[in-house]
Amino acid sequence: MRLAAIFLAASSLVGIGAAQAADPVPVKIGVLNDQSGLYADLGGQGSVWAAKKAVEDFGAAAKGLKVDVIFADHQNKADVGTSIARQWYDIDGVDMIVDTPNSGVALAVSGVTKEKNKVFINSGAATSDLTGKACTPNTVHWTYDTWALANGTGKAIVKNGGDTWFFLTADYAFGHALERDTSKVVTENGGKVVGSVKVPLNNADFSSFLLQAQSSKAKIVGLANAGGDTINSIKQASEYGIVDGGQKLAGLLIFLTDVHSLGLKTAQGLNLTGAWYWDQTDANRKFADEFAKANGGKRPTMVQAGVYSGVLHYLKAVEALKSAKDGAAVVAEMKKLPTDDPLFGKGEVRIDGRHIHPMFLYEVKKPSESKGPWDYYTLKATIPANEAFRPLSESDCPLVKKG
Amino acid sequence: MFELLGIPPQALFGQLLLGLINGAFYAMLSLGLAVIFGLLNVINFAHGAQYMMGAFGAWMLLNYLGIPFWGALVLSPIIVAIIGMVIERVLLRRLYSLDHLYGLLLTFGLALIIEGLFRRQYGSSGLPYNNPLPGGTNLGFMFLPNYRAFVVVASLVVCLVTWFVIERTKLGSYLRAATERPDLVQAFGIDVPRMITLTYGFGVGLAALAGVLAAPAYQVSPTMGSNLIIVVFAVVVIGGMGSIMGAIVTGFGLGVVEGLTKVFYPEASSTVIFVIMAIVLMVKPAGLFGTAK
Amino acid sequence: MSSSSSSTLPAAAAPASSSVMTVLGILAVAVLLVAPFGVYPVFLMKVMCFALFACAFNLMLGYTGLLSFGHAMFFGGSAYICAHTVKVLGFTPELGILSGVLFAAVLGFVTGLLAIRRQGIYFAMVTLALAQMFFFFCLQAPFTGGEDGLQSVPRRPLFGFIDISQDIHLYYMVLAIFLFGFLVIYRTIHSPFGQVLKAIRENEPRAISLGYRANQYKLLAFVLSAALAGLAGSTKVMVFQLASLTDVAWQMSGEVVLMTLVGGMGTILGPVVGAAVIVTMQNYLAGLGEWVLVIQGVIFVAAVSLFRRGIVGEIIAIVKYYGTKKAG
Repeated sequence: MRLAAIFLAASSLVGIGAAQAADPVPVKIGVLNDQSGLYADLGGQGSVWAAKKAVEDFGAAAKGLKVDVIFADHQNKADVGTSIARQWYDIDGVDMIVDTPNSGVALAVSGVTKEKNKVFINSGAATSDLTGKACTPNTVHWTYDTWALANGTGKAIVKNGGDTWFFLTADYAFGHALERDTSKVVTENGGKVVGSVKVPLNNADFSSFLLQAQSSKAKIVGLANAGGDTINSIKQASEYGIVDGGQKLAGLLIFLTDVHSLGLKTAQGLNLTGAWYWDQTDANRKFADEFAKANGGKRPTMVQAGVYSGVLHYLKAVEALKSAKDGAAVVAEMKKLPTDDPLFGKGEVRIDGRHIHPMFLYEVKKPSESKGPWDYYTLKATIPANEAFRPLSESDCPLVKKG
Repeated sequence: MFELLGIPPQALFGQLLLGLINGAFYAMLSLGLAVIFGLLNVINFAHGAQYMMGAFGAWMLLNYLGIPFWGALVLSPIIVAIIGMVIERVLLRRLYSLDHLYGLLLTFGLALIIEGLFRRQYGSSGLPYNNPLPGGTNLGFMFLPNYRAFVVVASLVVCLVTWFVIERTKLGSYLRAATERPDLVQAFGIDVPRMITLTYGFGVGLAALAGVLAAPAYQVSPTMGSNLIIVVFAVVVIGGMGSIMGAIVTGFGLGVVEGLTKVFYPEASSTVIFVIMAIVLMVKPAGLFGTAK
Repeated sequence: MSSSSSSTLPAAAAPASSSVMTVLGILAVAVLLVAPFGVYPVFLMKVMCFALFACAFNLMLGYTGLLSFGHAMFFGGSAYICAHTVKVLGFTPELGILSGVLFAAVLGFVTGLLAIRRQGIYFAMVTLALAQMFFFFCLQAPFTGGEDGLQSVPRRPLFGFIDISQDIHLYYMVLAIFLFGFLVIYRTIHSPFGQVLKAIRENEPRAISLGYRANQYKLLAFVLSAALAGLAGSTKVMVFQLASLTDVAWQMSGEVVLMTLVGGMGTILGPVVGAAVIVTMQNYLAGLGEWVLVIQGVIFVAAVSLFRRGIVGEIIAIVKYYGTKKAG
């Protein structure tokens, strides 16, 4: 580690040397995410590419900013994540950390960021606590959260006629929260929850639970789980003929890479909520094409798009302030400026740190409808920005002053 | 347990059957562990990783060479068994004279290496493997996918054949004799080291076979083995490693118990096997089928 | 398992002449006192937490001959209790750590009662399975925060008046705890109790025939080891201000085995060296992703195949070898 410190000190000396020539504002961005584990595909190196791309597209050098992008692997361990974050802030002079999937790590990094008065722009993590009871003046949550997923999926599906639900819930805090939030939305919109079963985490075999879902006769089987659990439950649902039997699966947290890993044959007919899909607009397609060229043909996920969009907005705020040193001030500036970028369109960053934009309900295509790899979603409904996220009136974020 | 009355008997049948399917995997894995332990006195921590290699073997054979499931069912276990035998020759063999713990530690290290390499190459999200026997039969009380029915039958056959070979054939009697007195068996002109290598290969092959069977049912992922192996360890402790039949019966039995827990109290289904293990340890420390050594 | 097989674990190295040890000890403490001015203190604190954890673990493996593959449950369980009492119940740091240690000791007593019924590899499997059960408990219990864990545990003033919110202040608290734990282990090993443990490791039936109740001794050692592992876990909470599932997962149990093995089991300093090596490696190689797993596995295999005595064990063996050559 000392070696690394020396190396970085040396490189920052070089940085200072360059700075004296043109006097640009130095900015250092750290992409902290999962490079090797479960979330490596949806973030990983793709997010690093997206952050660098944002710096390039922003034209940082021409606008008087000297931006460095570094990255590290938090291995999905909160203590590893905070160690890296502390070291980045204390020694390496990082001004902003971006991405960071895994709610546990994200909440921990958010705490460190506030303590050191830097900036944390989260794209990858799901927990709505980041802009709820754990919100800070230094954190912005960019792409999605559990509330938005539950709300989007629940509301849109009930409106489309899926009014009876059975939940397969991962048996830990995250799954419970998803089930609770979605149930609320379902009943508020006139639907009914006919049952639910709590499934242990990392349980490879879902057949028992799927049979229970089948015999419940619910129209919709809601999957309040994530990662490998979601993939296994979808795969086995197809084996047990759940979808052929007329029931529909609703995934509450599913990424494009999950669908890719499942294959369309298994995943077809699945309903899911997302913030961004590469084949939705021309601007998205352009971004996706460049992404694919640099990343072995893969298409970007909403998390990677969120990193791009978030970094872009952050740089705008730094440009306006001409400094990246005071994290709270930069975030305040980000909240002041309206957001506008090619991928997420116009929006705002709310007082609680929540980035507000529309969300979308997608359905996974049948293999016959798909034109090729990565052509997976059809848009079913748009959830307008003002309905997509938890309203401030329900917020438990201390930054929100209750009127 | 009063909820028992709330569950219609048909549903109960269905769940029992499902439990049996899971039990099939436990039985095959604990059988492999028992065979290896019997002759080598090594607890093979890499068993989960070898199970995963079996599943990946099937995936690679299909995607790189176009060999379908049925070919992989034979080829993949053989390939993994050969890799296992190389490992035995090169690494494990040097540890037989030492405390058994070293074998455990070595295979633990191997498990980390294998899992790490596969994660490096294929990521953690897992890869799809299509079901070779789509469709299913409606049994009246449940929908039984054809593939699951095949898994139960196949694993039962494999387990019983293994039991027969070891307990009822001449080859098996050599094996059992070598377990007790390797020096004496060697003196009779039997190549004990080669027998040990083949036995390890056989145990590893069983794990890989279970892996191939698991590939179409679950996702092929690098972590599929490490999650399972700890449960299988508990199964082995419950059954005791005294007998081959014990490993088979305990495997299937615990699968059924776990299946029933998923109906009556799903929150406990991940821990029920460990709880049973604790109880067995209190009542019969050597395990249900074990003999105190 | 047959008792004949248990005699090949490396025996504890005989202590070098005590005056040399004292000098070296004082030197080491002096280096630790000034170290945070040269090296990043958070990193040093992490090393010390893991070193203490590995020393506690080594008390079981190195001096009792029992390989526990479930020590993460004491480390992580204690961390959760400490984090919960400090964050939610408003305990001061010392009370939080104390509650964590107590919890680990009780948990060690209960699991120890079950686990010492089996020996050798069975002991390893039983502890692993019990720890996995505890992992699922932590995952599902509401007070642990599940996947999210417990974050932002406040660093309240120690004893109500010593400010530990600065890393450098906290460092000296962690150093004091580490030295305390280390001395407890050192004293234990060199006490009559420790001698009995070694006697049981070498030949259990003989120790029993001499009138020692082997199981009671083993249980006591297990509880002590669990409590000290808990001390390490609770201290780590104060450093990182969080408790998470990582600390109770089976990988953590594997890591502490690795640290002890690399450093040298059955040596007093081995676990410290092993912890330093592994933590440093993890820090340097964090950018390599899953290669870390592979490298750890390779180290495991190499340690078992090539240097079973560990770094410290091999050094002691070399020193001894030349010592006897000179004398002869």
